[in-house]
Amino acid sequence: MFVEADHAQRALVSGWGRTVPTAATVRRPRSVAETAAILGSAGPRGVIARGLGRAYGDAAQNAGGTVIDCTGLAGMRLDPETGVVTAAAGMSVDALLRALIPHGWFVPVSPGTRQVTVGGAIAADIHGKNHHRDGSFSEALSSLRLILPSGEHRLVDRSDGRLFQATVGGMGLTGVIVEATFRCIPIRTSRMRVDTVRAANLEEALALMAEGDDAYRYSVAWIDLLARGPALGRSVLTRGDHAEPAELTPRDAVDPLGFDPRVRLGVPPWAPSGLLNPMTVRAFNELWFRRAPRERRGEIQPLAGFFHPLDALAEWNRLYGRRGFLQYQFLLPFGAEGTLQEIVERVSASGVASFLAVLKRLGAASGGWMSFPAPGWTLTLDVPVRPRVLGLTRDLDAAVLAAGGRVYLAKDSVLRADAVERMYPRVMDFRALRSEIDPQRILRSDLARRLEL
Amino acid sequence: MKNALGVVDSVVVLGGRSEIGRAIARRLVRDGASRVVLAVRGGAAADAAVELGELGATVTVVDFDALDVDSHERLVRSIFASLGDVDVVVSAVGELGDQARYEREPAAAAASVRTNLVGHVSTGLAVAACLRAQGHGTLVVLSSVAGIRTRRSNFVYGCAKAGLDGFALGLADALHGTGATVMAVRPGYVHTAMSAHVPPAPMSVTVEDVADAVADGLRRGAVVVWVPQRLAGVFAVLRLLPRSVWRRMPT
Ligand SMILES: Cc1cc2nc3c(=O)[nH]c(=O)nc-3n(C[C@H](O)[C@H](O)[C@H](O)COP(=O)(O)OP(=O)(O)OC[C@H]3O[C@@H](n4cnc5c(N)ncnc54)[C@H](O)[C@@H]3O)c2cc1C
Ligand SMILES: NC(=O)c1ccc[n+]([C@@H]2O[C@H](COP(=O)([O-])OP(=O)(O)OC[C@H]3O[C@@H](n4cnc5c(N)ncnc54)[C@H](OP(=O)(O)O)[C@@H]3O)[C@@H](O)[C@H]2O)c1
Repeated sequence: MFVEADHAQRALVSGWGRTVPTAATVRRPRSVAETAAILGSAGPRGVIARGLGRAYGDAAQNAGGTVIDCTGLAGMRLDPETGVVTAAAGMSVDALLRALIPHGWFVPVSPGTRQVTVGGAIAADIHGKNHHRDGSFSEALSSLRLILPSGEHRLVDRSDGRLFQATVGGMGLTGVIVEATFRCIPIRTSRMRVDTVRAANLEEALALMAEGDDAYRYSVAWIDLLARGPALGRSVLTRGDHAEPAELTPRDAVDPLGFDPRVRLGVPPWAPSGLLNPMTVRAFNELWFRRAPRERRGEIQPLAGFFHPLDALAEWNRLYGRRGFLQYQFLLPFGAEGTLQEIVERVSASGVASFLAVLKRLGAASGGWMSFPAPGWTLTLDVPVRPRVLGLTRDLDAAVLAAGGRVYLAKDSVLRADAVERMYPRVMDFRALRSEIDPQRILRSDLARRLEL
Repeated sequence: MKNALGVVDSVVVLGGRSEIGRAIARRLVRDGASRVVLAVRGGAAADAAVELGELGATVTVVDFDALDVDSHERLVRSIFASLGDVDVVVSAVGELGDQARYEREPAAAAASVRTNLVGHVSTGLAVAACLRAQGHGTLVVLSSVAGIRTRRSNFVYGCAKAGLDGFALGLADALHGTGATVMAVRPGYVHTAMSAHVPPAPMSVTVEDVADAVADGLRRGAVVVWVPQRLAGVFAVLRLLPRSVWRRMPT
């Protein structure tokens, strides 16, 4: 029969932006052996691994095929002396932090949410506020265990250069990661010492970051993309380091490594989809900018507030309504500040409602073939799906390409295949390696179909 | 694969010489579609293929007869097999015909229903099976306001469109949750050669208007699209008119 019989087990799967759901058979293995067996019995439309589905676009979905939900692969070991962790790929950063922080260790890279898995962190080679200092996740990674499309189980370390560099940032397309060993950051408290400063416009923000970032382990700027004219690109920079015990209040000092962040509220399913419109967002941004101190030094903040402010609100992605939203994150190399200015002008003029966007100065690239970060500026903005957004994203793609930049595949849901080759020159090597280890293309995702990876 | 803004990559038009079908294909190619299959009676559609090629698409033309229902399943499968993933299938076959002749020649009337309804059922179900297997994609069915409330002046055409509209909505429900979707397009009067012999009704539109509405519907994931949109309200009222009044409606 042409049409397979097991459609009944299918579920609609989408990314965090909820834009293009497609149907797949979702399997949740509990062990490495079960995972290998699923790969071994892949149907014609293949298999892709999925973590917590925090990629915004179609990276962790596989229309008509199988999606392996890796969150059942749990467990970890910490060497409390060296801070080297070996964790199952399905462990979340949230679970890791709860286990590590009391022992005085912090994950090498923390994204803007704790709800990502180790597998997803490696597959996207994620970067955090410390990228200018510590690099992306793969820099801390010494080895990983990978189930190849053939079902073969392999321990991949840096001596296995090609497979290692194709897998970090490889969006799950070289195999299913089942375990990883990486080095953590030592900390003495679960608090941050934070300096906040306002920048009146984009130019000032860039200058402040270029001058001052190196003095901090963590740095990021929140930028108001609705501001216009002389306030175009006004930002609030928050930069900090892990606090020392002596800096804590006597009350906090009782338990310097305490960590138990809560999810306070959820967005109700009936939240009106128009809740985030240009007017409400503009008002919010205005309020937020005015509330920020012109300059404040040495404030002690809890970790979760500094790294994961959005995690306090469960399922906030629903605020954008039924049609969902996209997140557009791009990188421009140093020297392309003019293009950055133009893009900010273009976005601001478009008036497309966007919550505060994030601007970050990135450091050196890892060796990952498909890894996103490289020296330069990265800007991240949320864009609700509306007809006129198409023109905007096209213009941004063109501007980013012309300036030698790239967009982040873990966020992307609109790029075209021809652009990928120019943004990621090593995609040729990536495809060649895929042909070697996966001639039948057992590993497939909607992202891979769309971008011909 | 369709992207987050509803831009599609691959398109099939059943009845690929149809003026409306061609306009939809042009629009989707302009928006970014790169591969098109035109399924046409006789297997030749030089103008349509050249036009889409000039817009940048790779075009394949295949032979397709809407009346040959036995061939449809195989044809549809072979199109899917050759094209890879199919994002949109437009079911554009149709024939307006001549109501007066149909009343004189019952066999001709039945034949027109085969074209306007029966062939859509066999192709539609075959397409649905393929879309379901691939877990995504949209079948666009060209219904018509003529089927929303059948009229004295063209009820043979209208009854086929009524059946087709019902088929499309039923199929949409059947596919719910499978990743595959159906969109029923209900144009009013569209200026084409097909309709040239009928005087334009109020609120007439162009083929480009239909294409725009389809592209927008794909972005929104719409199940029903009226062209123009205002017809939704108009027909909500027209449906309620007493039969004695409706019977005397001029066109
Ligand atoms: C609020 C928010 C903030 C974010 N902030 C940041 C940030 O600061 N920096 C940053 O870099 N990213 C950020 N992201 C993006 C996120 O970190 C990445 O998309 C990450 O990959 C998500 O992990 P996941 O476990 O949810 O993976 P999924 O979204 O489920 O999958 C993402 C990719 O990883 C692959 N994958 C998942 N598990 C495995 C596995 N076991 N083996 C092989 N491949 C696998 C999938 O195939 C897919 O290609 C953010 C996302 C959100 C929602
Ligand atoms: N025009 C309007 O006002 C209007 C309004 C509402 C809905 N519609 C519907 O929209 C659709 C497209 O119409 P259109 O305006 O584009 O008309 P059109 O240009 O005449 O297109 C109809 C197409 O159907 C094809 N066809 C007819 N019988 C066929 C068969 N047996 N096998 C294969 N193909 C066959 C025709 O092929 P040939 O090229 O070989 O003749 C023609 O290309 C139709 O379903 C129509 O009912 C039209």
